[in-house]
Amino acid sequence: MLYTNLNHIETAGQHAKVINENENVMVCCGRMGPMCIPVYGIMEDLEDEYSHVKFFDMEFDNPEAHVIRNLPEVRGFMGIPFTIYYKNGKVVKATSSIQTRDQVTSILNQEFGQPVNA
Amino acid sequence: MEMSNHYDAIVIGGGPAGLTAGIYLSRARVRTLILNEGAVGGQMVLTHEIANYPGVESINGYQLANVMKKQAKTFGCDIQSNISIQTLNLEGEIKQVTLTSGKTYTANAVILTPGGRSRTLGVPGEAQFKGRGISYCATCDGDFFTDKEIIVVGGGNSALEEAVSLTKYASKITIVHQFDHFQAFEHAVEEAKANPKIGFIMESKVTAFYGNEKLDAVDITNLKTGRVERFNTDGVFIFIGYVPNTDFLKGKIELNQWGEMVVNADMETNVKGVFGAGDSIAKKYRQVTTAVGEATVAALAASNYIHQLKTEKNKLVIEAN
Repeated sequence: MLYTNLNHIETAGQHAKVINENENVMVCCGRMGPMCIPVYGIMEDLEDEYSHVKFFDMEFDNPEAHVIRNLPEVRGFMGIPFTIYYKNGKVVKATSSIQTRDQVTSILNQEFGQPVNA
Repeated sequence: MEMSNHYDAIVIGGGPAGLTAGIYLSRARVRTLILNEGAVGGQMVLTHEIANYPGVESINGYQLANVMKKQAKTFGCDIQSNISIQTLNLEGEIKQVTLTSGKTYTANAVILTPGGRSRTLGVPGEAQFKGRGISYCATCDGDFFTDKEIIVVGGGNSALEEAVSLTKYASKITIVHQFDHFQAFEHAVEEAKANPKIGFIMESKVTAFYGNEKLDAVDITNLKTGRVERFNTDGVFIFIGYVPNTDFLKGKIELNQWGEMVVNADMETNVKGVFGAGDSIAKKYRQVTTAVGEATVAALAASNYIHQLKTEKNKLVIEAN
């Protein structure tokens, strides 16, 4: 399990439940390395501000993470983390490798809408 | 301006140096704000195991950063991470920082702990293929290149050592380096040269990246002849050192030729009330412990500076009355 302060997804079943029971979901699938940790940090910072989005992480080496590793949207990805944005259970955006806060908020705003108090 | 936006001290950077400054200042009842452009913890969070931090048998960098952050907050330090600085005015008694969000903060003293970052090549295609064939971390992405032919760019210890570690995955590795010799320690060079999977292209630079969905090829320019050759590859790992995050300080404080902040024994820069600590100051050794030590000195000196400033102001008010 990743030792971040985010909520963790540990099984494929939990992943299905999370993306189907929440309208807007961001899942960062990675390891505890230099490309992934900054993205977890950004997500932790945004959790309060983007209350209409659920933020989760998932360990890349967990066999159950096949639900992310095998998505057609990540074909060609060769850098972790794989970060997936789901709306009503469907993938609306996926990114590979480290991202900046501006890159993440730009996607969140475009796909899920800006925070109400922005 | 709202008074709530005024602090006694602003710390720019939230790595071990910035967090230490925040802990010391806040504990001394100095109203302190830490502004951090990335995730709190800096380069320290990237360290899998820190086994030589005195008093702690073994801890990973992420956990140590979280403990430091909690300590700073417990003492009343405000922390804002993932911010961007738009303007910075370090002149005069009141320093001013404006963020791209539009918020402006002022303070009597500033401690600069912006740390460093991996250097990039800055050539066409690099941003486009990041995560799609270009990587800066062998332990993160090495397994994506199993049985593939890849390039490693660089000639220092990181490049040579990571190239050897990548031979666990890749079928062939070509090291591209701009000089005719390596800067790495001799044992690292020998180990790389002895590895049958590793080849070398010297006095050359990668000057462009090409591909569609993912990286397919690079241009390699021979720096002696100027000849450019297209080289097919599945991936490129770039290890060309670190640069201090001091671009925003150019023209504001004294920097040396490498862009590192020049400080005195009190960690003060050439600008009154502006202090520096951590990986971005001019120094030889870069460790979590050295950053923490420097930040302690900077915080104590800043605290003293703020106290003197307030005492002088009070004296003037009394004299005027």
